[in-house]
Parts: sequence; C-alpha cells; structure tokens
Amino acid sequence: MLSVKDLSVAFKTRKGQVDAVRGISFDLAPGETLGIVGESGSGKSVTSYALMRILDAGGRISAGDVTWNGRDLRAASESAMRQVRGREISMIFQNPRAALNPIRKVGHQIEDVLRQHGRATRANAHAKAIAALEAVKIRNATDRYHAYPFELSGGMCQRIVIAIALACDPRLMIADEPTTGLDITTQKAVMDLMRDLIRERGMSSIVITHDLGLAAEYCDRLAVMKDGQIVEAGPSVNLFANPQHPYTRKLVDATPRPGVAIRDLLPPEARTPDLPHEVGSRALLEVVDLVKTYPGKSGPVHAVKGISFTIREGQSVGLVGESGCGKSTTSAMLVRLLDPTSGAIVFDGHEIGGIPAERFLRDPRRGQVQMVFQDATDSLNPRHNAFDSIAEPLRRLGGLRGAALHARVEELAHLTGLPDHLLTRYPHQLSGGQKARVGIARAIALDPKFLILDEPTAALDVSIQAVVLNLLADLRARLGMTYLFVSHDLNVVRLLCDHVIVMQDGQIVEQGPTATVMDAPSHPYTRDLLQSAPTPPAPIAAHAPAKAAE
Amino acid sequence: MATRWLPILWRLVQTIPVVIGVVIISFVLTRALPGDPAVQFAGQMATPESIEQVRVALGLDKSLPQQFLIYCKALLQGDLGQSIATGRPVLTDLATRLPASLELTLTALILSCLIAIPLGVLAAVRQGSWVDHLCRVLVTAGVSLPTFFTGILLIYVFYYLLGWAPSPLGRLDFIYFDPPRVTGFFLVDSLLDGDLPTFAGAAKQLALPAITLSLFTLAPIARMTRAAMLTALSSDYIRTARAAGLAPMRVLFGYAFRNALLPVVTTLGMVFSFVLGANVLVEKVFAWPGIGSYAVEALVQSDYAAVQGFVLAMALLFVLINLIIDLSYTLIDPRIGFSAK
Repeated sequence: MLSVKDLSVAFKTRKGQVDAVRGISFDLAPGETLGIVGESGSGKSVTSYALMRILDAGGRISAGDVTWNGRDLRAASESAMRQVRGREISMIFQNPRAALNPIRKVGHQIEDVLRQHGRATRANAHAKAIAALEAVKIRNATDRYHAYPFELSGGMCQRIVIAIALACDPRLMIADEPTTGLDITTQKAVMDLMRDLIRERGMSSIVITHDLGLAAEYCDRLAVMKDGQIVEAGPSVNLFANPQHPYTRKLVDATPRPGVAIRDLLPPEARTPDLPHEVGSRALLEVVDLVKTYPGKSGPVHAVKGISFTIREGQSVGLVGESGCGKSTTSAMLVRLLDPTSGAIVFDGHEIGGIPAERFLRDPRRGQVQMVFQDATDSLNPRHNAFDSIAEPLRRLGGLRGAALHARVEELAHLTGLPDHLLTRYPHQLSGGQKARVGIARAIALDPKFLILDEPTAALDVSIQAVVLNLLADLRARLGMTYLFVSHDLNVVRLLCDHVIVMQDGQIVEQGPTATVMDAPSHPYTRDLLQSAPTPPAPIAAHAPAKAAE
Repeated sequence: MATRWLPILWRLVQTIPVVIGVVIISFVLTRALPGDPAVQFAGQMATPESIEQVRVALGLDKSLPQQFLIYCKALLQGDLGQSIATGRPVLTDLATRLPASLELTLTALILSCLIAIPLGVLAAVRQGSWVDHLCRVLVTAGVSLPTFFTGILLIYVFYYLLGWAPSPLGRLDFIYFDPPRVTGFFLVDSLLDGDLPTFAGAAKQLALPAITLSLFTLAPIARMTRAAMLTALSSDYIRTARAAGLAPMRVLFGYAFRNALLPVVTTLGMVFSFVLGANVLVEKVFAWPGIGSYAVEALVQSDYAAVQGFVLAMALLFVLINLIIDLSYTLIDPRIGFSAK
C-alpha cells in the first residue's frame, strides 16, 4: 500500500546541507502496524513529515520515491497532496495540547477537517463532529464539542487529535510519539484506543517512538533508525528477542524492563561489577504528616494530604506516581524550596520543616540536602559554562576559591565522567547526557548526605539513561549517599531503588521494599500502574543476561 | 448574559480609584508648577492691586484644600472650570478639540493597520523575500524619522511642489462651513449631513497629517505582526492543520492569524495611547486644532483648569481604551476570562 524507496531528506541550514534521512526503504501492507524506533536525531519524525510532505521550511526530499496506492507522492502537486492529507493519510502528534489550536473549540476543529474534505456540510457538520468525538470514546461528547483544548486533560486532547485524524476515514495513520508527555496509565489507554480503532477500521498505521518496549507491544513490525538510516527491520518479536545489529542490541539492552539488573542496561563490554551500597539502620529523614495546601481560585488545593515515611541512611527510595499526585510538591518541600503547610521533616535528628525556605538557604544543612532537577537543559544557567555551574555551590556555600575550587570541580567532573575539556562549554554546546552529568556534579559538589533526584532521566534517550542510571548507582556506592528518586517510570525505579513509595492524589497508597511492591502489589492503583507499563518481550539471544528469577 | 456584563461592570468600578488618583495628582501638580496665573491673566499693564483682584476673582486666594474642594464640587456637577487663555469653559474647549485629535489619531491608526498588518503577515509568510526586506526598511524608516520631519517633508512635496494637497492649516479649508456637529468628527458629520464636498475637503485636509502619523505608528504594528505570525506559524497546531489537509488560506487566517492577533491588539492599544499624547508635534506642523497643542499652550500659560481638564480627559480615555483592549482579548482568546476578583 505504501512503499518508500531510498528516501533521503535534506535540510538547508546556515552550516550547509544536513542529511536528516539517508536512503531509507520500507513497505507497509494494508492492515499492518509498523513501528519506527530510534533515539532523538535519528530522523524518524522527519521521515513521517516527508511522507506527508509537511517538512519545515528548508527541508526537502532530496532523493527516493514514496508510492501510495500506486501514486507518486513525491511528484504530486501541492493541491493533490492536500487531498491525501487528512483524507487518506492522517497524522497525530506528540504533545497533544500544543497540537490543537488553543483558541478554537475542539468541535470546530473537527468540523474544519470534515468540511475541508467534503465529508460534511454546514448542516450536518455538528452532528458528524460529535459522532467523531464519540468514536474516540469521549464521554459527554455534546458538551466536549464546546470545550477548548486548555480545558481538557492531556489524554483527552490526544483523543481529540485522534478524532481529527480519523474524521475522514483515512487508510493510514501516522502517530509521531503519540504518548510522549502523557502519564503511564493514560499512555496505555490512548495506545489501546488507537490500536482498537485501527483494527476496527482495517487501517494501516506507522507508530514513531523512542520507546522500544511500547513499539514492540503495539506494532507488528519494527524498523530501527539511527542517523537517518534503518539499521534493522523485522517482526517485533524477533527483533526484540534476537537483535542482529549492534545498535538494536544496545537499544534493547538499555530498555529498562522487569527481570534485569542495572548493569544489564549497558552494552556487555561496559558492564563492570555492581558496587554494593549499604543501607544503614538509622533513619536519615523522617517525614511526619506532611501537608501542603495551595490557595486556589475555587477553594484550597490539597496537593499533599498528610504523608509519612522514613528514609534510612544509604537507602534509595523511589517516589512513584502520575502527574498531579503531589510527588513534585513533596520533593520541593523535602529539599526545602517550599514550605509545608503542616507536618514535620526530621533530617538527621533535627526538625528542618519549620525553617522557612528562604532562611534554609543560610542553614549549614543546606549543603546536606541537594537536588538533581528534571530538565537538565532548563536547570542550567545558559550563560554559565559547565565549570561555573558546578563551581557555583562550592563558591557560595563551600567558600572554595582559586586552586582548591579548580581541583574540586575537576574531581567532580571526573567522578561524574565528564571529560575535562567539556568544562569550558556552555549548556547549548553539551549533549543531553553531558548536561545531566553537569547537573549531577553540581548536586553532589557539597558532599550531600541526601540527594533528591526529580526524574533525572526523563528527557534522555534510553541508551544515555542507561549510562546515567549506572552513574547514579556508582556514586551512591562510592559516596554513601541516600537517594529519593522521583519518577513515573516503574521499571527505572525497580532498577535503582530499595524501597518504593506510591502516591496518588496527594496520599501514599502503598509503600514497601521494591520487590514486594513491584511483584506483589497490594493496592489496586499500584497494580494499575504496573500493568500500564509496556512489557517488551524478553531477549533470548546468547548474549542476554542471566535473568533474575521471577 | 448577566454573568457576562457583571465582570465588565466590575472592571469599570475598578477604574474609579484610578480616576480619583488622577484628579488629585493633576490638581497638586498644576499648583506645584512655577508661574502665577493671576499675573498671566491680569496682563502686561497690571498693578499689584489688579493682580490681587484677579486672584480673588479666580479663587486663588483660598487655601489649597479649599480650592480642591471647590474644584471637586464643580467637577461632580460636570463643570471643569473656565480656561483663562480662551475664556471659554474647558468642557467646551475639550469637546471641540478632542474629536479633532481623535479623528486624526484614529484615521492614522486605521491607515497604518491597513498597511502594517498585511505587510507583517506577508513578511512572515515569505520570510527572507523582498516583502520581508521592504517591511524591514519601512519599519526602520518609520521609527527613525521624527514625525515633524516627515510632516514637513510631505507638506513640501505634496503641497509646495506638486500642489496636490490643500494648505496645511487646520481641519477644513475656509471655503467650507463646519458640518453640523453630531460626533465632532468632520468626516462622519459631513457624511451624516450628506454634504459630500465638505467630506472631500475634510478628507483632503486630513490626508497629510494622518499619513505622517501612520508612518510613525506603522513600525511597531508591522514588527509585532510579523513576529507574532512567525511564532504562530511555527507552532504545533499549524502542523496539525497542515497534516489534516486544511487549505492554506484557512491555515493562515483561521489558525495562525487569529492566534497572532493577541500581541498585535496589545501593541495597537499601546500605540494608540502613546500617539494620542504624542501627536502634538503633528498638530503643530499642520496647525491642527487638537488636544495636544491645546494642552501645551495651557501648560505654558499656567492655565490650571485647562491642564487639569486635559489630564482628566486623557486618563478617562486611557481607561476606556484599556477596557476595550481587555474586552477584545476575551473575544479573541477563550483562555483569558475576566477574573472577577
């Protein structure tokens, strides 16, 4: 049905021509779901834009053929392409809220597409738009028709985007990272819905994602892209279970999944013996009845509703939950950037919850409690180079100057695996993994006892995530730090943490040793979360790690 | 429907303290200015006795709080006092002068919007093309040439050299009679009267000063339109619209332009407020009997009532403009609701 031959896409940039896609070929049969998997910059999204001929300015198809049901899409006129887009091939995008026009009612946005392609007249557009909303299982479709995107949740917005894409009964749907930015249970709901709709209508689909596990679960066939080329393609089960290309193997290895240890994420040659970390018996941090209430327009918002837990010295505790569950509020209170409404935070035997956040800045314990922030890019000052970023806490809180400062920054760079020559670079000159290292080096600069890690790997590619997670495991063993690891990814938490706390709606619904919570969850919500995580088929190749007994 | 009007009413109520503040400040500031209106008013040949007489007649011998109370009492009855310089009630002066300024400013703004917005949109759509460059040249020229200079240049070319424009002396050539006053806008009033020759005459007089002002206001509007359109065109929802096969015009105007309107309207409001006060130079060059030149003359002559009346009128006008802009926000963007508190 769709045949892509030797497709190349080039972008004109100030530095000359950049080949984003370099001669890829694949075929798609009716009713088939193809997954295109790759890390950032692999050219997977550009491929999909090229198929639709909606490349950004400066981009063009430089070679190859795209044939759709016998028609040459590369040579098709712009007006012919407009007939194809939305009517025969449609597309859904990542970040669904931004993908919708913010100031137009969602119902009208569906009508626009219906009427553009002659599927509805002025008279029946309203009814057809509501039918399209009902098709994507939106309750109260009549009311939702009048909603604006900002009034809907992320999952709901993605359903609307799907409704727009499916409104004209296309034969092929391309989904570009459809669940990035959505919660794990929402991700499952959206993916299941998409799969069901596509099957129901006998459509084909292309799912573009960085998540190998997700692709393996939902696609018939996978194509793995790297640097604008397809390095390996084949049926999902085979490809995951028996990867042939070294890059595919690296990706498969790096995907966190049940039953593997943290070292198994790394390529076999990089696996060093795991350094054990000791969990003491003394409580380092005790949280008692912690409450945070924000004043809201329609009454107070209870972000955290009285939670209590204990973190022992040397322990790594995972804090898990979906967006809005209060995990970020909790971590901000623990790191003393936010004042709790009530409750106690006892750190190392002293109550620190009562010290106002702005005065904690000058508290001697400020250096003891540090944080690694979620977005490595946004949490670094763009005008500071790596050296200045790491040196800042040392200057301000450690009082280090001159040679001692230099020696300490270099030691930290060494500890976090940041090459010395990168210290003079600015954030925009560093890769995602390197920025993550700078963020970690800054956080551990003052030898903190307690480190809060707020989704430190959420924005990273899996292979880099694997390296950063291992770095964190090494640092904790070497420096004897205690971690609170905030994450939405249970598979990552399973790898790094001894103890897990599951939060929902500002409350702790379950906590306990990782193995217990993960393998025998007692709360239905924990079970929900675990089931929503995509479960890739286990690798069976010879190099596969010895699987932990399940 | 009541829920829709209540917030607007609330907004109007919120402006009351602003107006009270303006009344107090304008009163105190005019009194703090150097110069004695009694001396001015009494004239060249005045003796100390006659100055004192004038002072008593004007009520300036009373204490400041007393004067303020008298001023406020008159204000509540809609009396802005007498202008010393013109000898007429300030309200009458403002009523003839404000429409003149408003007519000029509005015409100039409409003119510059008609040019700047399409220009900005085109420059954004064809980034890097000749339209984009033209836009840049026009914007740079517009901000860097002072209005009095462009005004004089236009007079030189179109009145002196070409003779296309009438003599730059006010709102209407003396061969026409002022149209019967309804709105105070000559263009509107002459049309209401059905007097086409007067309309044409007023339009001819208006053309050059309006063009001068619009050249000046063109720059910020064109720039903002271009920037806002570029942002809108590169956003995700435009990609979605294109991927859904929507027609280019629909994408451009239905999706991108409506989203880009918000910053443009903001700029428009700022430019309007700014120009209304700043067009005194244009009014001077074209002998336009507007409120700007009136205020400057009043200030020079320590004409308290006139200055206070001017400041108050401007303040009320700004409040009104801001209200209109806020209202148009809510029409454009559903995300902005009136927060009642």
